[in-house]
Amino acid sequence: MSRTILDITDFSMVFGGLRAVDHVHMHIDEGEIVALIGPNGAGKTTLFNCVTGVYTPSEGDIRVSGSDSEMIRTNGKKPNKITELGLARTFQNIRLFSSMTALENVMIGRHPKLKAGIFGAIFRDKKTMTEEAQVITDSLSILRKLDLEKYANEPASSLPYGAQRLLEIARAMATEPQLLLLDEPAAGMNPQETKELDDTIKRIRDEEGMTILLIEHDMSLVMSLSERIYVLDYGKMIAQGSPDEMKSDPAVIKAYLGE
Amino acid sequence: MNYFLQETKKSVLSALWLMILTFPLMVLKVNIFESVVTLRWNNMIWIGIGTFFLSWLWRFLLDRKENGSGNKTQETEIPGKFSLRKSLNEKRIKIPTLAVLAVLVLAFPFMVKFYQVSIMTSALMFVILGLGLNIVIGYGGLLHLGYAAFYAMGAYSYGLLYLYWGVQFWVALPLGAVSGAVFGIVIGVPVLRLRGDYLAIVTLAFGEIARLLLENMSGFTKGPEGIAQIPRPAFFVKLSLQGATTYLFYICIVLVLFTIFIIRRLEDSRIGRALEAMKEDDIAAQSMGIDLAKTKLITFALGAVWAGMVGVLLASKTTYINPGSFTLMESVMILVAVVLGGTGSIPGVILGAFLVTLIPEYFRVLADYRMLMFGVALVVMSIFRPQGIIPRVRKRYLVGEDKI
Repeated sequence: MSRTILDITDFSMVFGGLRAVDHVHMHIDEGEIVALIGPNGAGKTTLFNCVTGVYTPSEGDIRVSGSDSEMIRTNGKKPNKITELGLARTFQNIRLFSSMTALENVMIGRHPKLKAGIFGAIFRDKKTMTEEAQVITDSLSILRKLDLEKYANEPASSLPYGAQRLLEIARAMATEPQLLLLDEPAAGMNPQETKELDDTIKRIRDEEGMTILLIEHDMSLVMSLSERIYVLDYGKMIAQGSPDEMKSDPAVIKAYLGE
Repeated sequence: MNYFLQETKKSVLSALWLMILTFPLMVLKVNIFESVVTLRWNNMIWIGIGTFFLSWLWRFLLDRKENGSGNKTQETEIPGKFSLRKSLNEKRIKIPTLAVLAVLVLAFPFMVKFYQVSIMTSALMFVILGLGLNIVIGYGGLLHLGYAAFYAMGAYSYGLLYLYWGVQFWVALPLGAVSGAVFGIVIGVPVLRLRGDYLAIVTLAFGEIARLLLENMSGFTKGPEGIAQIPRPAFFVKLSLQGATTYLFYICIVLVLFTIFIIRRLEDSRIGRALEAMKEDDIAAQSMGIDLAKTKLITFALGAVWAGMVGVLLASKTTYINPGSFTLMESVMILVAVVLGGTGSIPGVILGAFLVTLIPEYFRVLADYRMLMFGVALVVMSIFRPQGIIPRVRKRYLVGEDKI
């Protein structure tokens, strides 16, 4: 059996009187592509935000696998610490560093992997300079993998919409995560772009060995990509299983179409 | 024709509005000795005419800007077209230009009157302040309105160190920088969670608190009367007033170069990129593994170092410091220099600092109106050139076929 990357047990998130996520259990194994679906307002993004440290969970545990097969509890850790543990995310509404170039955006993603400090920057010792040169090559090769190299020196805000979505993925990949969390990566894309995204995500998993958790509304993408699906509705996990099982699950159909 | 009528109507309305608005100020004149009120109606007429034409001009410029912006959004380089920035980067032109500039700067104190050297020294000090604040605002994106407090910190560390222990200039200079940085971190810690407007307000408050503390801890800081007779820097022997000022001028030149050198290196480094990412989007930056708390503290400390150093320079130049030199106005002037020149752009900030210090010096006639002038300049700039006089140019990395 493969290693568990993310393990969520009995997790709830409460905002005032609202239970946005209610006693949810979830786990993701290494190398999987898992989708989290559900109607609008089901609590998917809230769950994402808790996993990545934007919110602190109200109840339950979120554990991420550490270096030596030991699970580390991440509740209440800052987002940057969680990124260092190997979780990287994209955002539902694109949050690129819009006036920085595409290359610089990816270079920011390399940040936690680098060491240079103020004195390194000022004295430009050999170590810092090799590190800097390395960042540029690494970042370029990440851009190349997603076919974004031609935009390297363009400000992120001037990229076409689909390319901006991809650049967010590139930036997240630059942190070398074990688990990549994609929040609606295909939102606003046309069918052609979605098709390409499908291939890209599969390639990332196969070539980079990254595990992927995605939130998505585009069912064709979810069905073709994911190996397992979790369905969230009104904060409750109403079903889980393979795409085929989900298609015929009465609870899922009810949540999406009503009775 | 219809368009013409409409525009005229708008101008007439603004003229009328301003005539009524300025009525109590410009028309009424109360003579308290004879208890009569004189009405100066011709003032009103002049205001009316002036506003009418100015509003025409204003809307004409706005119109031109809006119609002209379509093809000028992307500053593409047209081959063959003369570009100052580009030709300055060519080696053939760059080196002689720099050489001439260097000779001019070195000879400056011997070419002009002592008064000019003194003014120029103050301007150079302001340049360093501007560059320092630029780290906080231009790179880190943290709107800091209490920068004068850091400046005061440097000045008072020299003043007090001299007062109690007789510490000399060259020892005080690095100590001033360090105390600035420490104070930057001390202020930074409580404002870590704040951003935007809230940060601006709290830093503004801190600036005032620092000044009030200096004013009221009279036992320690000598309060409002200030610290006097702080020594000027000595060049092996004690220098005359002229000599010391000339010496300070050169020190300032070296420090400006030093500041530019350090800031350029920081800008193009892992830390510099982190600052910029924080400015652009702090949530995304944190999700990319940037420690926001640490980065903010670094920003404050890096910004405050320069203010601390300039504080020492100020104390040694004027030989007298009191809390009155570090008011909110001082912070605002530095901010104006940064915004006017070009936030985030080193040449821009330098130009801005010179403009803000030298214009009021050389146009003494306008000195009373300088706040009004800067206000107008900021409004005009924010509409027609929000990126500043000399905007920042992004570094380009060599990629693909550009690669040599």
